[in-house]
Amino acid sequence: MGRLAARGVALSYLALLVGVPVGLVFYRAFEKGAGHLWESISTPEAQHAFWLTCVMVAIAVPLNTVFGVLCGLVLVRQRFRGRALLSAAIDLPFAVSPVVIGLALILVYGNRGWLGGWLTDHGIQVIFAPLGMVLATIFVSLPFVVREVVPVLRELGTDQEQAATTLGATPLQSFLRITLPAIRWGVAYGVVLTTARALGEFGAVSVVSGKLAGRTETLTLQVEERFQAFDVTGAYAAAVVLALMALVTLLAMNAIKPKEAS
Amino acid sequence: MAYLSLIALLPLAAVVARSTEGGFAGFWKAVSNPQAVAALKLTLIASLVVVAINAVAGTLIAWVLVRDEFRGKGVVNSLIDLPFALPTIVAGLTLLALYGPKGPLGVDLAFSRAAVVLALLFVTLPFVVRAVQPLLLDLDRETEEAAESLGATQPVVFRRIVLPTLMPAILAGSGLGFARAVGEFGSLVLLTGNIPFKTQAASVLIFSQVESGDVTGAAAVSVVLLLLSFVTLLGIGRLAQRTLRHDG
Repeated sequence: MGRLAARGVALSYLALLVGVPVGLVFYRAFEKGAGHLWESISTPEAQHAFWLTCVMVAIAVPLNTVFGVLCGLVLVRQRFRGRALLSAAIDLPFAVSPVVIGLALILVYGNRGWLGGWLTDHGIQVIFAPLGMVLATIFVSLPFVVREVVPVLRELGTDQEQAATTLGATPLQSFLRITLPAIRWGVAYGVVLTTARALGEFGAVSVVSGKLAGRTETLTLQVEERFQAFDVTGAYAAAVVLALMALVTLLAMNAIKPKEAS
Repeated sequence: MAYLSLIALLPLAAVVARSTEGGFAGFWKAVSNPQAVAALKLTLIASLVVVAINAVAGTLIAWVLVRDEFRGKGVVNSLIDLPFALPTIVAGLTLLALYGPKGPLGVDLAFSRAAVVLALLFVTLPFVVRAVQPLLLDLDRETEEAAESLGATQPVVFRRIVLPTLMPAILAGSGLGFARAVGEFGSLVLLTGNIPFKTQAASVLIFSQVESGDVTGAAAVSVVLLLLSFVTLLGIGRLAQRTLRHDG
């Protein structure tokens, strides 16, 4: 009896908090028919927002993956002063509000920011331009690969690499042939998490974008813009596109997880 | 290192620098204006409420997912990760669809403080569940069975054996959830209406301050938020170390 009650409470809680609301958005988006939905997500602004979102992901994910693996190696393999500090610094984006991240970028890269003068002199616009949005996306999704790679590297140890080195492998060879294959599922999981975060970032991007429709508007920003403009069905449509992308990443997450465990 | 500095450290340093531009007095004036105090108070209280609910609900969900067997458990299990995968603005919109003015349930929580708590509950759902689940999976059933054979009732077994083992994980998950709740922005924008003194959370206040050009004020409130989440993360780090030492 206790078991059934627990199950009932847990499942109802999940249904009311997650299941039903998400289902309802899909229902609302399709309410007026698939044709209407397609029209709403194929306007030039919507297409531009979709591509801009994809570009953000395409830039932020590879950069953070390379950084994540390098940083993981440094954190696990090297002993130096301030290692704990570096580790804490990498976690910062988890702890900092996205809005604060956006504000921080404006203070450095904005017109009157620390580097603003130099950037303006060289004709580079960061804030209210896609470049700033890329920076914001990189910032918020920075820690994921590092956090997934560090435990795997720690468990791996250095025995095999040392063996390879004594057999004459160069550091690059031993990295490519031994380390990288061993940590590949950790990296893959980190990449999926980074992608999910980069796709869905709203706060930080919102602050630095200036929200110029058709220029600096990503899908998440478009959801808000359409909603504020009383185009609720349009907002649901854009939200469904994002939700579908999120579902794909979720499926990828679940596909990778068991492999990592075994 | 240069990458980390240019993208993360330098900008955050700029926030701290900007907040103290007018000296400590200027900082204090920005932080202690009534609207900022109200926003920070709302953020703090709502986050604490959310942490308390999550600690109970998260542990219960994890327990059901590990110890119970039913059809569709796999689906439920992946549903837990949905709030991580779903963009926060979409999260706000989904909650508004069900609990908003035209929701089918007839419950209208939009623009109320309850909506703040609801949004935060949604985005922080996975933290406690995912922290507790692996520990429960590893937990040895023998101790519980021994206690039961000695006449302990189920609630006693749970309180005296299961709960103490899970406590570090519950605390760690709650801490992460708290840090997340304090900074949450996207899911609140549509759902709460951002009414000053009523439903305006700290992150939303910062956003409107930036929009209206009060960058120094925004930086000051940001520093308070930074301190809050940084202290929480340090606490979790401490906790993790202590648990590791006990294991060794």
